Amino acid sequence: MDLFEHQAKELFARYGVPVPEGAVAATPEEARAIAAELAGPVVVKAQVKTGGRGKAGGIKPAPGPAAAEDAARAILGMDIKGHVTRSVLVEVANVPVEEYYAAFLVDRAAGAFLAMCSASGGMEIEELAVTDPGALLKVPIDPLRGVDHETAAFIVTEAGLPSDIAEEAVDILVGLWKVMAGEDAVLVEVNPLARTADGRVLALDGKVTLDENADYRHERPADVAQGGDDLESRAKAKGLNYVKLDGSVGVIGNGAGLVMSTLDVVAQAGARPANFLDIGGGASAQVMADGLGVILSDPDVKSVLVNVFGGITACDAVADGIVAALATLGEQGATHPIVVRLDGNNAEAGRRILDQAAHPAVRQVPTMDGAAEEAARLANAAA
Amino acid sequence: MSIFLNKDSRVVVQGMTGSEGGRHTARMIAAGTNVVAGVTPGKGGLVHQGIPVFSSVAEAMDTTHADVSVVFVPPRFTKGAVLEAVDAGIGLCVVITEGVPVHDSLEFLSLAKESATRIVGPNCPGLITPGASNAGIIPADITAPGRIGLVSKSGTLTYQLMYELRDIGFSTAVGIGGDPVIGTTHIDCLQAFQDDPDTDAIVMIGEIGGDAEERAAAYIEKHVTKPVVAYVAGFTAPEGKTMGHAGAIISGSAGTAQAKKEALEKVGVSVGRTPSETARLMRALLEAA
Repeated sequence: MDLFEHQAKELFARYGVPVPEGAVAATPEEARAIAAELAGPVVVKAQVKTGGRGKAGGIKPAPGPAAAEDAARAILGMDIKGHVTRSVLVEVANVPVEEYYAAFLVDRAAGAFLAMCSASGGMEIEELAVTDPGALLKVPIDPLRGVDHETAAFIVTEAGLPSDIAEEAVDILVGLWKVMAGEDAVLVEVNPLARTADGRVLALDGKVTLDENADYRHERPADVAQGGDDLESRAKAKGLNYVKLDGSVGVIGNGAGLVMSTLDVVAQAGARPANFLDIGGGASAQVMADGLGVILSDPDVKSVLVNVFGGITACDAVADGIVAALATLGEQGATHPIVVRLDGNNAEAGRRILDQAAHPAVRQVPTMDGAAEEAARLANAAA
Repeated sequence: MSIFLNKDSRVVVQGMTGSEGGRHTARMIAAGTNVVAGVTPGKGGLVHQGIPVFSSVAEAMDTTHADVSVVFVPPRFTKGAVLEAVDAGIGLCVVITEGVPVHDSLEFLSLAKESATRIVGPNCPGLITPGASNAGIIPADITAPGRIGLVSKSGTLTYQLMYELRDIGFSTAVGIGGDPVIGTTHIDCLQAFQDDPDTDAIVMIGEIGGDAEERAAAYIEKHVTKPVVAYVAGFTAPEGKTMGHAGAIISGSAGTAQAKKEALEKVGVSVGRTPSETARLMRALLEAA
């Protein structure tokens, strides 16, 4: 789970990483009150889980409480790359004289943690990595040792951070690692890590991604849905592994790899998939009904492709699930053509069950490629 | 012959007395696997499904000479279970469990690197040497023994290809798992298949995210002389969305299916557009040989 900037900064503060003083506001009036309390120039920042806030006008300086209220009014409700702004962070304005970059993340290639650090922070780090790769230090971190004082000092020196702030930077890196290890984070990023005119070093921005697999051993902040697709929220509530896409062929399958592959085959057949939905190995009637229910409520969907390979679960059980699911859905189940491809264990028995049920919406195609072509044809004909 | 697993493998199941562990132990035995022991802390002395249960992997190995462990314990106990198997010096530890915290995986993988233990997984379907032994949850009855080696991040795509090529059959199929951090990699399997006299050709299945396929392509160019056919899933996946597998996410420009396909084709690997086409490519290749 990605955290909002203010949530990331709360974690930073808890682990001793200095951040600007501030608080989060959901209304312009709250923003005004926070600015009044902070007494001085503030900055009002949209709390959305995406980059490019500054360019979109989601970050505004304000000399005082009245200006902070106006800024919050302008920013709240703003759509930034599809994310609707529901809250703003109001914090003391700190003018950086120098900007650095620091991050810890999981490096898949090396099978280790990676530290990244640069004396040239501020800009997009992907950009820096391309324009001046030498300026971005990458150091693998031993998972068993972590980032102790010595490792942090090595990173700070090698990255070329100025020696007069090295001590502060080392403490900050050690603190950021404690966030990483202590909170089961997979990404902790500070950009910029700023030095101010009065010689302080602090995290002006913060990005933290937490490992949901470790939620059981932490108290996590509530995951505030924001501008989320309604279908995605609905699917999530039913425990479905669903991602909304922009096409017209609804896709259900078992296994993430097979579903991803099904999306590709639909695209090759000349249509666009409306979603990703993995119902997993079991493919019970209830899960099938929930999945079909979500897909058939998508107004973009013109046809549905159910692509199941019977591995552990035999196809006759899957077919029983489809029949029961369609019975549960009633009329909704008959609104769009449903192309079903069953293959693998007991495929013939499964196909026979669907033939006998003779549901008006269901048609069977024995191969994955053929089924995708049929679903694409039906979707395009209905468009 | 085969890689990593054969008819002489002696398998211990960690978490055998749990529901998943029990169910899949029965399936493994039905597939001909020599399951010699189960391990559940505190349940040593029990006999479950006719198999003796021990309280630790070390005891199970002492008594039964088990050399492969398959881990079915819940995520919160997985790190402990794997470290126990590593400490006991088992040769192969197959971690089926889905949902292991990545900090835990990095810790046990890091410790295993210094040890005698090969880890497959976590979050994987395991591996099968058809007709000889099955360590994990890959369905044994959809395919047959043969001379193709298969390595894949995805479970169901593995099954799909094994089924389509069941008449030719497989030496070993390895599901390495879809997590961001895993033990045995595509390259490890490619190397083992290259060295296995009973493998004539290799199918490699990849998916979006990371750069494992690109690195595999570089490895193939230098070290693999056997024919390789590949399939990559996720051409239509949008940036920034996780597609089911925790590892299957495109961030920035890295990790796209197109980039992986190009890297593989550049080193002479035929890449199928669909699973079926991939199977056809393999068939044509073997018939031409």
